[in-house]
Amino acid sequence: MVKVYVPIDSTALSLGAERTAKAIVAEAQARGIDIQLIRNGSRGLFWLEPLVEVELAEGRVAFGPVQPKDVASLFDANFINALSDSAKGHPLYLGLTEELAWLKTQQRLTFTRVGITDPVSLEDYLAHDGYKGLKNALALSGADIVKAVTDSGLRGRGGAAFPTGIKWNTVLNAPAEQKYVVCNADEGDSGTYSDRMIMEDDPFVLIEGMTIAGIAVGATQGYIYLRSEYPHALKTLNEAIRRANIAGYLGENIQGSGKTFHLEVRRAAGAYVCGEETSLLESLEGKRGLVRFKPPLPAIEGLFGKPTIVNNVISLATVPIILDKGAQYYADYGMGRSRGTLPIQLAGNLKQTGLVELAFGATLRELLYDYGGGSASGKPIRAVQVGGPLGAYLPESQFDTPLDYEEFGKIWAVLGHGGIVAFDETADMAKMARYAFEFCAIESCGKCTPCRIGSTRGVEVMDKIVAGKNHPQNVQLLRDLSDTMLNGSLCALGGMTPYPVLSALNHFPEDFGLSNKEAAA
Amino acid sequence: MDHLLSQEQQTLIKAHIQAHQHVPGGLMPLLHAIQDDIGYVPEIIYPDISKALALSVAEVHGVVSFYHHFRTHPIGKHVLQICRAESCQAMGSEKLETELKSRLGVDYHQTTQDGKVTLLPVYCLGNCGCSPAVMLNDEVYGRMNSEKVSELIAEVCHG
Ligand SMILES: NC(=O)c1ccc[n+]([C@@H]2O[C@H](COP(=O)([O-])OP(=O)(O)OC[C@H]3O[C@@H](n4cnc5c(N)ncnc54)[C@H](O)[C@@H]3O)[C@@H](O)[C@H]2O)c1
Ligand SMILES: Cc1cc2nc3c(=O)[nH]c(=O)nc-3n(C[C@H](O)[C@H](O)[C@H](O)COP(=O)(O)O)c2cc1C
Ligand code: SF4
Ligand code: FES
Ligand code: FES
Repeated sequence: MVKVYVPIDSTALSLGAERTAKAIVAEAQARGIDIQLIRNGSRGLFWLEPLVEVELAEGRVAFGPVQPKDVASLFDANFINALSDSAKGHPLYLGLTEELAWLKTQQRLTFTRVGITDPVSLEDYLAHDGYKGLKNALALSGADIVKAVTDSGLRGRGGAAFPTGIKWNTVLNAPAEQKYVVCNADEGDSGTYSDRMIMEDDPFVLIEGMTIAGIAVGATQGYIYLRSEYPHALKTLNEAIRRANIAGYLGENIQGSGKTFHLEVRRAAGAYVCGEETSLLESLEGKRGLVRFKPPLPAIEGLFGKPTIVNNVISLATVPIILDKGAQYYADYGMGRSRGTLPIQLAGNLKQTGLVELAFGATLRELLYDYGGGSASGKPIRAVQVGGPLGAYLPESQFDTPLDYEEFGKIWAVLGHGGIVAFDETADMAKMARYAFEFCAIESCGKCTPCRIGSTRGVEVMDKIVAGKNHPQNVQLLRDLSDTMLNGSLCALGGMTPYPVLSALNHFPEDFGLSNKEAAA
Repeated sequence: MDHLLSQEQQTLIKAHIQAHQHVPGGLMPLLHAIQDDIGYVPEIIYPDISKALALSVAEVHGVVSFYHHFRTHPIGKHVLQICRAESCQAMGSEKLETELKSRLGVDYHQTTQDGKVTLLPVYCLGNCGCSPAVMLNDEVYGRMNSEKVSELIAEVCHG
């Protein structure tokens, strides 16, 4: 029986994959053709979703984007025999999936299985190198697991880029009867969806990574703090956790090792600030998400006051391949101090959006034009925001910056969680600066004044600037206010809102009604 | 205005409270369970929650009001969330939002006159590869415009 794949990833569903799948099943039945429908994750080529694949001995053959109305013609072209001349002649025929240049040129390490397997099939996971990392980890001491993570050079993919191994080491060395592993799955940044894709499309890799983390530092309980906007991820994670428990990959005496790790998903409730790790911990404890003062670090006093690893989804999901293939294998990718790969998410006004996992070092321009295919509107790309709502806006003159934490730092920008949002020439950057303040005002936890009051003042000042009132004074006020927020905020919500604001002002002064000379003053 | 709870709702709520009483950090999952079933978190049950979880009523109120997701009043039968974040803005979400507000005759946080649709803003649905995005109940939709959303509403909410 021929296997036909139709993705179950949210983005594919958002473009009608469910109907496509139903139409394929119905059409096959009507024609008396036996097929086996498999719901896989997304390969991450969103302009081709719903991307349908047919499995042949030669490999998987792709067709897309397939809408229900295309299904009859696909059967007419005998697409089940996917490399036949008639199938190749179909306008939606794309060829062997693995040969698509967009995929072939990527270095998929963290996303190695995404789009290939049935997300909740443990058999599939095992057949594609799943749980090899855990197997190796179970033969190592906690300190040696931590050493492997440190040696790999992996840095926090949530955005702050702190070395994961060093964080784990702090937790390992903190004496306590109870420790925790918390996965930060609050993915609030606009332009990012890699966490969601891992959770929906390869949930076992996250479960495996968390289990390894627990075993490394001696934590027996894990929580995934999942944003409430991801109902599909919730279902998939819970199902995968259930199956991992049954198969002895979670719970007590994991694979006969005598080690214990319990895992539970907790739903967030729509507060962006709860992605900040201490706010997240407050929320997990059942409280309002007020940011805590650091120190103490969560690694020392985290959840319920106990030593806690807090890591982003991608950081944790990268651990299995490091333990499987070795620290050096991972560290061999990348540039400078940014080792390994970054799952980059192309978003906004681009022709070809989707998930591109590459070793650090590719330039923004390659991503925007080679992968992104330029703007969706056909108009020139004017500005690009990298790293979410707290990231800087970059003008064309900075598009040759390589994706590397330090290189971005040099131009007063951030890589963050790897989201790239493109805007075409119709974007009004003063409006975007105003929005940055507005967002900060809506999401501020209210604990410190620069953020709570500053963001609201920021909106007011921007309104005056846009209205053209007392220009020089108000621009000066905008800079002073940004300075106060940068230096006086307790967390990065208030502390980084000036990034989008000042970068917009400095790179696009004309949108603020200023000449370049005035802006520089 | 206070909304009276049906016998069935009271039983559900009581069961949820019992189930979460001894869960570490159980307040958030409890509030989710209640809102999933009842559609909102009724203020009249704060005293019951506070007693069972050993919190003050003020603490319960503080938590419910901190999170955008929780609401204390019933809303429309269906919830339409429009993404207002950057990626969707880059693809025209502002136009979508203006048109939908006028088509539905409501602003954010309001419910259409027939009680069918409540409109809410949301800041990223993780569907930024297909902006602008909206969420209708638990389903996300990408590359939207107001015609497509209106068709969706007709199909899901009036179908
Ligand atoms: N992914 C998203 O959706 C999203 C949203 C908003 C912001 N962000 C990112 O968040 C970043 C800010 O995060 P932050 O405030 O948590 O940064 P941070 O620099 O305070 O901390 C980074 C991490 O390292 C840990 N750490 C620091 N020193 C340590 C030590 N000596 N031992 C052990 N652990 C140590 C911290 O506990 C934390 O987990 C921003 O740069 C932004 O890019 C991400
Ligand atoms: C306002 C704010 C929101 C954040 N949101 C997230 C988030 O959604 N996901 C995430 O992983 N980290 C987020 N962070 C960063 C976390 O505080 C923390 O650095 C991260 O979870 C650590 O994991 P990592 O080292 O694996 O990146 C946020 C930080 C701030 C200040
Ligand atoms: S900067 Fe804003 S969000 Fe962060 S602690 Fe201060 S008030 Fe809260
Ligand atoms: S629901 Fe009110 S701002 Fe999010
Ligand atoms: S910004 Fe709208 S879905 Fe992410």
